[in-house]
Amino acid sequence: MSERNQASPTSSIYKRRLLINRLALILALVAMAIGMFFLLWILWVLVSKGIGGINLAVFTEMTPPPGSPGGLANAIFGSVVMVGVATFVATPIGILAGIYLAEFGKQGWVAPVTRFVNDILLSAPSIILGLFIYAIYVAKVQHFSGWAGSFALALIAIPVVVRTTETMLLLVPSSLREAAAALGAPQWKIITLIAMRAVSGGVITGVLLAVARISGETAPLLFTALNNQFWSADMNQPMANLPVVIYQFAMSPFENWQSLAWAGAMLITFTVLAINILTRVVFRQRTY
Amino acid sequence: MSTNDISQTTNSTALRANYVSREQELAAIARRLKRQRWQDWAFRNTTLFFALFVLAMLGGIIGSLIAGSYPIFQQLGFGFITSREWNPVTQEFGALNAIFGTLVTSFIALLIAVPISFGIAIFLTELCPAWLKRPLGTAVELLAAIPSIIYGMWGLFVFAPIFADYIQPFLNKYLGDIPGIGLLFQGAPMGIGMLAAGIILAIMVIPYIASVMRDVFDVVPGVIKESAYGLGATTWEVVRNIVLPYTKAGVVGGIMLGFGRALGETMAVTFVIGNTANIAISLYEPGASIASTIANEFAEASAGPHIAALIGLGLVLFLITFIVLALAKLMLMQLAKGEGART
Repeated sequence: MSERNQASPTSSIYKRRLLINRLALILALVAMAIGMFFLLWILWVLVSKGIGGINLAVFTEMTPPPGSPGGLANAIFGSVVMVGVATFVATPIGILAGIYLAEFGKQGWVAPVTRFVNDILLSAPSIILGLFIYAIYVAKVQHFSGWAGSFALALIAIPVVVRTTETMLLLVPSSLREAAAALGAPQWKIITLIAMRAVSGGVITGVLLAVARISGETAPLLFTALNNQFWSADMNQPMANLPVVIYQFAMSPFENWQSLAWAGAMLITFTVLAINILTRVVFRQRTY
Repeated sequence: MSTNDISQTTNSTALRANYVSREQELAAIARRLKRQRWQDWAFRNTTLFFALFVLAMLGGIIGSLIAGSYPIFQQLGFGFITSREWNPVTQEFGALNAIFGTLVTSFIALLIAVPISFGIAIFLTELCPAWLKRPLGTAVELLAAIPSIIYGMWGLFVFAPIFADYIQPFLNKYLGDIPGIGLLFQGAPMGIGMLAAGIILAIMVIPYIASVMRDVFDVVPGVIKESAYGLGATTWEVVRNIVLPYTKAGVVGGIMLGFGRALGETMAVTFVIGNTANIAISLYEPGASIASTIANEFAEASAGPHIAALIGLGLVLFLITFIVLALAKLMLMQLAKGEGART
């Protein structure tokens, strides 16, 4: 009797297995819903609190003293300049190092060790890189500066660019390289004119992702670029930047500062998310 | 060498001219090859230089942190790590509070994030309709793209009040009386504190763990899964008995990666942890993490032992995350090796 029960589709064991399965899958669905819930919640908070603070003055006026109207123009400018300089410094370094890992790294210890270290730097706490720049630059010249902020951001961006460049170059079929070699092209031409050109979209994606990553970085700027209440294009002076201004204004008790902080937060988040979505839509490519 | 030259080979002067031009041509090719070889050498070494630059970054970071924190270790020795007193005013610097805060908040984050990430990965690989895979996968990754400071603002101004009004009293009511565990949920519900920091860290590391898990689940050969389905296994049984054992190393690697991220997370934690050098049993109490202490105090710190102590904290944090991330990487490499694929 019991044997017959176990074999039949309506037996208790079979039912239990189905039940467990259904339960597990429902829990998986719930987990997905939790993730989406927090994403939407945060975005909704940003929009509902930030939209009221966004107006033309945000882009045209300087950061105000407490209680008076103003904008974020100097902070936006500072952020754009520092992220720009950091990208400009990090892109060639990252691409060249990535080329070494992908193209010349077949033998020797340098490539495997560098690859390992690069992957660790990719996830290393950004505040540590700020400390590093503080120790080797800010402490030596005795003042905070826009350059220091840019260098700290560049160090965060380099591992991202290295990683994507290498991953992308490994996607290039070796027949392509061999065809170029058979025509007599030297190796540097094969790499720069054939392989890199074939994956330029992917490499650009890497650079854009690095830009997105460093745009919102706050911690390393706290003690490298610090902040500046006024318009300053002098990279040797402390420089205003969006993340640190948001931090200071959000933590302040003044209502107009807090409202500006939310406006800045919305601005920065939607820029970063837009870059992320853009890279995924425009440069669709396999990642492995 | 042109066809014109060949047609005039009867002329001896032309023959000689031909010979000379060929010789010149060979010389030109040799020069060109030499130049190309030199260019290749230069190119190769330029790229090598920048690869070494990345290595030097790591060396420079460790070196500068050791040099910067040397005074405090010279003064306190290991007491710096084992002492609980942290008071810049009286020049007392003990890192234990911050280390405790970092480890506890990261641990809470993992407790919450691992099951949720696992669920998300199962959903994305086994349940999700194909057309939704990309948008939903991207949406999860976007959680990782939101800057840390945004999590901090959201956590302090939106999440903490709700947490204090509803969730903390609820946890205290139902878990507070259990012997042992109950001690973790005592005290005034303030919203901010270790538990709040842990929960926000959990949301921040979910995308990292979930996308590694999804990627390693995707490498399980379809044939193996289909054989299990063919034997009558349910989806859950396939995940539990086929996918999970097959990807064990990768899953652990992903979890370690999330752990490494949580350890070093700065701004979000700074907003919600309460920033009090404190070791308390209750998770409702405020605390401090290594990163939040550095972020809070560094810009105002006076030169001397305070700066050295903060850099010392940075060194401790870097060493912990380095070990965790190195283990994560080794685990993921192990999976990739078994797979025969490249990482």
